[in-house]
Amino acid sequence: MKARVIVTLKPSVLDPQGKAIEGALKGLAVNGLTSVRQGKVFDIELDGEDHATARNKLGEACERLLANTIVETYAIEIA
Amino acid sequence: MRAAIIVFPGINREGDIGRALRQATGAEPATVWHAEHELPPGLDLVVLPGGFSYGDYLRCGAIAARAPIMRAVGDHAARGGLVLGVCNGFQILCEAGLLPGVLMRNSQLRFVCKMQHVRVENAQTPFTRRYAPGQVVKFAIAHGEGNFVADDDTIRRIEAEGRVAFRYCDAEGRVGDDSSPNGAINSIAGVFNDRFNVLGLMPHPENLIDPLVGGTDGRALFASLAA
Repeated sequence: MKARVIVTLKPSVLDPQGKAIEGALKGLAVNGLTSVRQGKVFDIELDGEDHATARNKLGEACERLLANTIVETYAIEIA
Repeated sequence: MRAAIIVFPGINREGDIGRALRQATGAEPATVWHAEHELPPGLDLVVLPGGFSYGDYLRCGAIAARAPIMRAVGDHAARGGLVLGVCNGFQILCEAGLLPGVLMRNSQLRFVCKMQHVRVENAQTPFTRRYAPGQVVKFAIAHGEGNFVADDDTIRRIEAEGRVAFRYCDAEGRVGDDSSPNGAINSIAGVFNDRFNVLGLMPHPENLIDPLVGGTDGRALFASLAA
C-alpha cells in the first residue's frame, strides 16, 4: 500500500522560507500568487491492505517523528 | 564531578566541551556514542554538544533525539541528574521533549556566526550560580536555527517560573525587539526545564574559556557545574 504524508507549518507559525520563495516567484513575474508556505512530503510504502491500520501507523509515525506538533500539522493520504 | 559527553554523528563541538569540562573539573569527561543504551554509572552531568547531527535532516536534532542513548539521558534527567545541551544539543533536547518549545529557522534566514551579548536571567541554578543576576556576558553564536518558538501558554509559564536562563541583549544588557539575532520570542537564548536540572542554550559558552580566544565569560558556567 502506498501513502503520502504531508507536513506543514501551523497557520499561526511564521514561515520565513515560504516568504522568501514567495518573493522570488514575484521576482520572476509569476503573478497572481497571494502567499506561499513550504512543507514536506513523505511517500511511504506499507505492508497490508487495511486502510484504518495504515492510518493509525502513519499517525503514530507523524506524532513520534515526522512532525513536530508544536509548530507543524500533518495530513495522511492513502492511495 | 563526573560528566559524560554524548557523541552523535555530525556533532562537531565535543572537543570544545571536553576542554571546558577538563578546565573546570580537572577530570576527563567520559564520551558516550549515541548508539549505546546505558550511561556510565555515577554520572552528575550529561552534555549534548553542538554541531549538525544527521546533517540536520528532517528537523534540527529530530533524528538524534530518537537515538538509543536518549532514553538513558531522559532517565538521568528524571532522577534529577544535570543535562546541558548547547546549540544542536539544545535543539535535540527540545525535540526529545526534555525542554519546551522548538528552534526554528532564523527569522532573517541567515546563518549567524558572531559574538553576542547575553544577559544572565536566573543565577540561582546549578548551571549559572557563578554568575551575578543580570550579568551581561559575551558568548559566541553560530547557528541557522536558533529562533526559539513555543505557544503563548508555554512562554507565559517559562517566564513566570524564571526558566529563561539567558536572553540576547546589547552590550549594556538592554533587551529590545531587535536584540534577538534570530527572531527568538522574548530574545530567549537559553531555557531550563521545570526542575532546573536541564539547560539548553544556543550560544557556545565552551568557546569562551581562554583569553587567547576571545574571552573567558563561559568559564563561570562550567565552574558552576563543577562547584
